[in-house]
Order: sequence, then C-alpha cells, then structure tokens
Amino acid sequence: MTTLFPLLQNVLPLVIVALVVWVVVHARQQPLWAEAYRRLARNPLAMMALGVICLYGLITVLDSLQWRDTTTEEPKTVLDRLFAHVPQERTYSAPLATMTTGEPQLHAVQGWHLLGTDGNGKDVLYQALKGCRTAMIIGGFTSLLVTPLALLFGMSAGYFGRRVDDAVQYTYTVLSSIPDILLLIALLLVFGHGLDKLCYALGITSWVGLCRLVRGETLKHREREYVRAARALGVSPLRILARHILPNLLPLVIISITLGFSGLVLAESILSYLGIGVEAGTGSWGNMIDAARLELAREPVVWWNLAAASTALFLIVLAFNLFGDALRDALDPRLRST
Amino acid sequence: MRLIPACGVPNVAQPLLQVDDLRTYFGTPYGIARAVDGVSFVLEHGETLALVGESGCGKSMTALSIMQLVPEPAGYIDGGRILFEGKDLLDLTWNQMRQVRGNDIAMIFQEPMTSLNGTRTIGWQLVEAMEVHGKASGHAAQHRALELLTRVGLEQPTLVLRQYPHELSGGMRQRVLIAMALANEPKLLIADEPTTALDVTIQAQILDLMRDLQRALGMSMLLITHDLGIVAKMAQHVAVMYAGQIVEYAPTQHLFRQPCHPYTRGLFASLPSRYRRGVDLATLEGVVPQATNWPRACRFEPRCPYHWGTCMQMPPRMLGTAPGHTVRCHLYDPTVADRLSLDTLRHRGGDVVKAIGQTPEAEANA
Repeated sequence: MTTLFPLLQNVLPLVIVALVVWVVVHARQQPLWAEAYRRLARNPLAMMALGVICLYGLITVLDSLQWRDTTTEEPKTVLDRLFAHVPQERTYSAPLATMTTGEPQLHAVQGWHLLGTDGNGKDVLYQALKGCRTAMIIGGFTSLLVTPLALLFGMSAGYFGRRVDDAVQYTYTVLSSIPDILLLIALLLVFGHGLDKLCYALGITSWVGLCRLVRGETLKHREREYVRAARALGVSPLRILARHILPNLLPLVIISITLGFSGLVLAESILSYLGIGVEAGTGSWGNMIDAARLELAREPVVWWNLAAASTALFLIVLAFNLFGDALRDALDPRLRST
Repeated sequence: MRLIPACGVPNVAQPLLQVDDLRTYFGTPYGIARAVDGVSFVLEHGETLALVGESGCGKSMTALSIMQLVPEPAGYIDGGRILFEGKDLLDLTWNQMRQVRGNDIAMIFQEPMTSLNGTRTIGWQLVEAMEVHGKASGHAAQHRALELLTRVGLEQPTLVLRQYPHELSGGMRQRVLIAMALANEPKLLIADEPTTALDVTIQAQILDLMRDLQRALGMSMLLITHDLGIVAKMAQHVAVMYAGQIVEYAPTQHLFRQPCHPYTRGLFASLPSRYRRGVDLATLEGVVPQATNWPRACRFEPRCPYHWGTCMQMPPRMLGTAPGHTVRCHLYDPTVADRLSLDTLRHRGGDVVKAIGQTPEAEANA
C-alpha cells in the first residue's frame, strides 16, 4: 500500500466512502430496495451491528488519511496524531494502572492508558485501533477482488453450461480440494509478504464459495419463465445475464459477501498468528495475538493485550454476522415474492 | 414482398408458416425421447391454428422448436423444415434467429406470474422488448410503451409503467405480456396455453383481447391449448396432437361437427355437455405412453376402444376424409382390408359407446 501515490492514498478512502454512500442512497430510491431498507431499519440488532461496522469504518478512514509530520518527515495518519500526546511507558502496565508491572523496579505510569500498555510500553488501545484498517482492507479489498471474478465465472458457467461449466467447475473443484491454509501458505511464499499480497492470496482461496453459489443460482434462473420469455423476445445472452439474471442474484451476493467478510478478517488473524500474515510493522490483531501468546505465561499474567485484540476482532466479526443475517431476513421475503 | 428465389415471381399464395416433418428429440438416460415426431402443418396469414392435446403430447415442444428454444443440451431438432415466409428457420444462424424472435415471431407463455422479471419495472421491460430489435428507444419507446399498455386494455397505464410485476394481478400481467409480445408487431404470435393459469372470469377477457388484437394487426396465431372451448372460440383450423404426432387436422367447424379420430372423439366425449345430463363423464382410460417408447404401430392403439390386429402391426397413414380434413387412423384407410365399418363399431357394445361417447351432431339430434 505504500507504493501508492501519496495524494491518491488520501483520496482513495474518501472516494470509497462516497461510493458506499452513493450506492446506498441510490438503492433507497428503488422501491424494492427501499422496502428491504425499511425492514432492516425495524431490526434494532441489525442497526446496532451497522453502527459497530460504521465505527470501525470511521477508524479505518481516520487511520488512512495521512500527511508528513513537520518535524520527523514521517507520514502520520489522523489516528496517529490523535494518540500523539499519549506517552510511551517503560514496559507493561495494566489497564488504568498507576504503576508498571513485570519489571524488578516498578515505575510510575506517565500517561492514562485505558487498555494498558504492552512490553514496549506502547498503548494497547492505539494498537487495537491500528488493527482496524488492516482488517477492513483485508475484508473489503478481497471482497472487491472476489465478487466480479465469482460473478463472471459463476454466471457464465451456470448460463452457458457445457464446456464453460466444465472448465469453471474443474477449476474450483481442484482449488477447493487443497486445504485452504496450505494453499495460502504456498501462495504467500510465492507472492511474498504484504497486505495487498495477502488480499490476492485470500481472494484465490475464497472465490470458490461465492462462485458455486452464483453458478447454482444462475442455473436455477436460467430455467425460469422470465428468462425464457426474454429469450423468446430475442434478447442476447449477455444482456440476459447482465440485465435480467444479475439483478435477481444481487441480494444473495450481497448477503454472501457480508457473511464472508467476517471470515476474511478471521483468516487474516489466523495467518498473522501463524507468522505469514502482514508485516510485523503493520498493526494487526493477528500480530497482537501472536505477540500476546507468550505473555500469558508471565507472572503476573499480562492478559489485556490479548483481550483487546480478541475483543476488537470478536466485535467486528459478530457485527458482520449479525448484519448479514438481518440482511438476509430483509431481502429474502422479496426474493420469495418474485 | 418476398420472392421465390427460383422463379422471381411474387408469391402471394405462400403460407406464413409451413412446418414439414418436424422432429424434436431429447437424449435421456432411458433412450431418445421423440417428443415431436414428424409434425407437419400450414398456417396462413391472419389465421389461427390451434394445437390441441394432452400434456406431454409435444404441443409445447412444437412451439419451442419453431422458436428454436428447445431446452438444451438434452433437446435437439433432429430433422424437418420450418418455413417462415418461405425461408427455413433451421438454416438461420444463431444471431439471425435472435432477430426473428420477438420481431417476426413472438411468444406468450403459460405462467404470467413468473414470466416477468421481478426486479424491473413494467416500463423497463416493455422498452427493452423494443430496444432489442432497434424499433424504438428513449422517449419514443416510452411513448409507445404507454400506447401498448392502453391498447391491451390496462387502466391507468402511466401508473402500470412504473409498477413492478408483483404489484399486478395475473390477468394484468398477462395483458402486459401480450403488450410485450406485440411491441414489435410480429407476424406470428405463438400463445402457449395463455389462459391456463388465469381465473375463469379473466380467461374470456384475455381471449377476446387476443382475438381483437389479432384481427386489428393481421397477425397469425399458433394457439396451444387443451381446452376445446377456447379452440371453438379462437381458431380457424385445429391440429389434434397425440404422442408427438398430429392425429387429426381439420377446419374447426368441420372437426366439431365430425370428429373422426378415436382420440379426438374421446376428447369431445370427456367434455361436459347439456345433452348428457346425469350421465358420468367419459374418460380416456390409460395414460399417454412414454416418449422414449412409443407403441410401434399406431400410438393410440393401447387406449383405443376400436383397436384390432392391424393397429398393432402397421402405423396408420395421414389420410383425407373430407376437403382439408385429414386423420391418422386405419378406420379411414380404404387400403386396410380388414377394417371394421364404422357402423359395426357403433353397435358393438355399450362399453365402447360409453368410452367414446357420441358425436356432438348425434347428441344434438337426440
């Protein structure tokens, strides 16, 4: 991500946010989606989950906008600047503690640390927040890579059948017969480390599920009367796929992406824990958990490090799962009625 | 005006659609299913031909074969000719055929509830029907869509234009589908059981609408149905299909006055009639045989109350009994030596009469 042009790096998150807002506003103008939105809005749990997701998104944006610091010439994000006044301690300190722990001679803690500090005296809350951006990029960017791929292959396999179907099915059957973790390790060995490379590797392993779903649904819709009627009107296959079948698949695809998002975030943590995730410098919950693993053996137990990362991970995964389920409830009655 | 390539003379007498020995087969695990097996008929300009038969007799497959929309990959057209305005549709490339569909030949399906895309407005779908063939676009298309909706008798067409299919009733949807089919002013309309899924009260309305529009636009219509009442109302000619073949082909009036084939007679006998009040309705015993395994000779023989030895040995030929009236049955074949006379059959026994019933003519006399 550091290879990106600095200005672009600042514009990109804003563009993404603008795009999401535009899509939501545009969709709400369509009666069918507006109905789904109303149903979603009546579900308090879904709204809470959406709130959590938005909060994580906000932190991600704050951690993405950056410019050079005047004194150190290092690029610093808004989040960095917000935490700039939080002092670094000598070593571990428990949440809200006044003294450090784990050293022979205890020292007074200089700052106020809601979630304590780690072995290097860094604020744990700050680190946990730094992990947001990594998680959201892994989930978002990978979904963005996977969705067009899965739609393209799944829909053409389902609609055209025969050789196309054979080729696509063969490809994903072979891919899915290799254990995911092994394939990811192999791919990361080839690609090298890095956030973007992790996204590519996760993309290669995770398009299979969505592709299978899209293929099956397309097969079903291909035989539907409205598709036959469109064919009888002389509509071309590409147009049928893009303008008739795709809008009917969209609710399912959206639900599937939402539920898949949490899986991707979890996968990143697991890979980082195994030491093949993002670089050590990049803040990530997986890296935090990996580091905290050894500290559980200390006396007194240093638990806040692990707890903070796990809770942050748990919250976003739970939020996405709850929101995905609510989305399914909101969109499905519409699916049934058609 | 189209020309016959050979002589270069405008051909006025050429029928709009001529189907010759059409064979549509399906590869199944149990062998080849001959769903349509040698069907031939002629459809003149502005005329309605009804294809009548039980489910599974191949009438829908005949229609889909004309459109070349036979379900792939199992189904394929094995042979025959489908001459539309003199050119064989089976010779056209895939893209040429796409130009014919919806433009020259339009089709209405059985299920109005599912034949519209639930995610798009009615207006969008009507405009698309026109855009596909470059007939109209933008404002002109919108205007024409409104005109079409008015024409098919929908109240508040401006509102319907913005509505989604789920907001309309079955009858309204069938009207919309008719409007879509008519969008490009096709020369031939294929209607596959257009009223089967509708309420009885709506059926007559839709049929009236279709007949009025057909007259106004001068279209020909291929009407697929199992309802003899609809046939009487709509069609000038009738082709009765059984087991992938046409067994009787006649002008409607002639067929209703004098049904010849035992199967056709069975169909009439199973209709409720005021002349048979208090009598149980006749039923045709048995079921349509499997398409993979038609009976060798006469396909109706296992269910036919008249059958005798020859019926199991020799397939019957399609022979004329009256002008324009042809039947595929040994009873009407003068070359079949041992055929029984119709009179003997009539007096053969109560069970036969019960199964076959009397002709409507005889009933009227009674």
